[in-house]
Amino acid sequence: MNAHHGVAVSVEACAKTFADGTRALEAITLTIARGETVVLLGPSGCGKTTLLRIIAGLEQPDRGGRVLFDGEDVTAVPIERRKVGMVFQNYALFPNMNVADNIAYGLRIRGMPREERDARVAELVKLTGIEGLEHRRIDQLSGGQRQRVALARAVAPRPRVLLLDEPLTALDAALRERLRGELNRLLRMLGITTVYVTHDQAEAMVLGDRVVVMRRGAIAQVGTPREIYFSPANPFVAEFVGAANILEGHGTGDALVLPGGRLPLAAGARGGPLVVMIRPEAIRLVAAAGAALAGEVESVSFVGDRLRVTVQGIAARALVVDAPNTAAVKPGDRVGLAVPPEAVRVLADAPP
Amino acid sequence: MKGRDAGRAVQGGRLAAIRRRLVFAGQLLFTLAVAAFLVVPAFLSILAGVTSNYFVGIRSGVTLQWVAQVLSLYGDTILRSLVIALATLAATLVVGVPAAYALHLRGGRLARVIEEVITLPLAIPGLAIALALLLTYGGMAEFRRSWLFILVGHVVFTLPFMVRSVIAVLAAIDVKLLDESAASLGASAWRRFRDVIVPNARAGILAGSLMVVTLSLGEFNLTWMLHTPLTKTLPVGLADSYASMRLEIASAYTLVFFVMIVPLLVAMQWIAGRGRPDGERG
Repeated sequence: MNAHHGVAVSVEACAKTFADGTRALEAITLTIARGETVVLLGPSGCGKTTLLRIIAGLEQPDRGGRVLFDGEDVTAVPIERRKVGMVFQNYALFPNMNVADNIAYGLRIRGMPREERDARVAELVKLTGIEGLEHRRIDQLSGGQRQRVALARAVAPRPRVLLLDEPLTALDAALRERLRGELNRLLRMLGITTVYVTHDQAEAMVLGDRVVVMRRGAIAQVGTPREIYFSPANPFVAEFVGAANILEGHGTGDALVLPGGRLPLAAGARGGPLVVMIRPEAIRLVAAAGAALAGEVESVSFVGDRLRVTVQGIAARALVVDAPNTAAVKPGDRVGLAVPPEAVRVLADAPP
Repeated sequence: MKGRDAGRAVQGGRLAAIRRRLVFAGQLLFTLAVAAFLVVPAFLSILAGVTSNYFVGIRSGVTLQWVAQVLSLYGDTILRSLVIALATLAATLVVGVPAAYALHLRGGRLARVIEEVITLPLAIPGLAIALALLLTYGGMAEFRRSWLFILVGHVVFTLPFMVRSVIAVLAAIDVKLLDESAASLGASAWRRFRDVIVPNARAGILAGSLMVVTLSLGEFNLTWMLHTPLTKTLPVGLADSYASMRLEIASAYTLVFFVMIVPLLVAMQWIAGRGRPDGERG
């Protein structure tokens, strides 16, 4: 399969107010490159599904909003003529058709001749690894198999954009992780422009070329998975895409003054009141004597691959630290913390 | 000590078993008595229809002459009832199924109000509906004299059953999601309706259809008000025969009606049983 199908998608000033007056989406502008996978990430009610449905043509943006596919205005084009592929949260497979007929439905609608249709179905069945299930009824499939059929059905007619609405949420945790990897391989292989909606940050990290973090109907940050993880724009993004310590204190240019000591900052930091973020895995536990920051261990949780330790007495809130699972610490211990200056990210906004 | 306790326990167990058996026998007897109360009159009526002379009793011999007479005297009402029932079915299918689809898909207050209005004829006595139809269309002589007038009454009366039964199925299968997914694959509204909605609502449509046919065949109140001597249906003819014919003929007529309606009722039960969610389908 050749790379880079699909179109570039442009969302211009798309807001959405529902009939009952609920504002689901502030005016959003977003450009998605040809062949790119963009993940819309956010808590429930943040507007990510509404934005996806606007791109799909299942919702109309408020007056003034436009959706463009490769520069062509498709705002007024209904979904059945937009040539998009969509995978729904509960898959919405047709119970009255078997697996092969489900996959072939979009091809049948387009009037593709039978032999060509059969060949395309066979190709997709192979690609998604559901050989042998072609003649099964939908209610005879497992959750993972349904998910694959839904994906095969959506991409069969070679859509211009592939839209996925929480496609793994209905599955249990172990299966979700396995299918996440599989889905990633498939999306890379297809190379089609993809918009993927999820509330699961791990899914967003693995699948997205870029991640759009959304909150209360607006975009909180757009960036690569690394950017939003290491350089979150604000405390909300920092805490949504992983565990984060948010600290407030007074900056002196080279350090942040905290109740538990001085946290060294990278060169060129601002002075005055500052808000910074540190990921738990960036902090090292050291001996209390001579450490720049020192506090008391509040709790220790054994998570398996690591220890999650909370340390109080350094900032207003206890700090979360990921320590090696062999570390010998217990609640009540005095410990020192070492934080490399480059792991301290100064945030723009005040915490919520 | 121990032995005596055990003995008492065994005796107690036996007593409980006897009591259970007695209770069961009592319940069975009661059920049979109630069933007999309902079945015996129907059976007697059927028997009367094939008895040579009812006043003499079954001794006078078994005959099909009354049935033959019914067919010759009232054959037209039977045929008319069938035609009206099928036409009613066609009308409720053409109007009711898309209406149910649209109402379900649209949702909201307006859809609920329309659903209530469609259901209203259930709450209004058939005579009142008939009167309203007569007042409104009685002046159109041609229409008033034709069987189409009765058809209109039957459609008004049976439409809610079709709409309700289809809406119930649509609500059970998340039709909105199926509709959206078919649309995302490029299907027009009509193709979505034909390829996805109707096949998945089949159980409801079938149940509604049987209900409509059965109700139309048996409808009396409305029809009695709307009919003319030339547009009698089976139940109207039945009333007529009870009033003016030998008891044997009326009974034979009932027999004919039974033969027509019982298979429909059985089919309805069968479909209702199949549509019930069971373990396998979840």
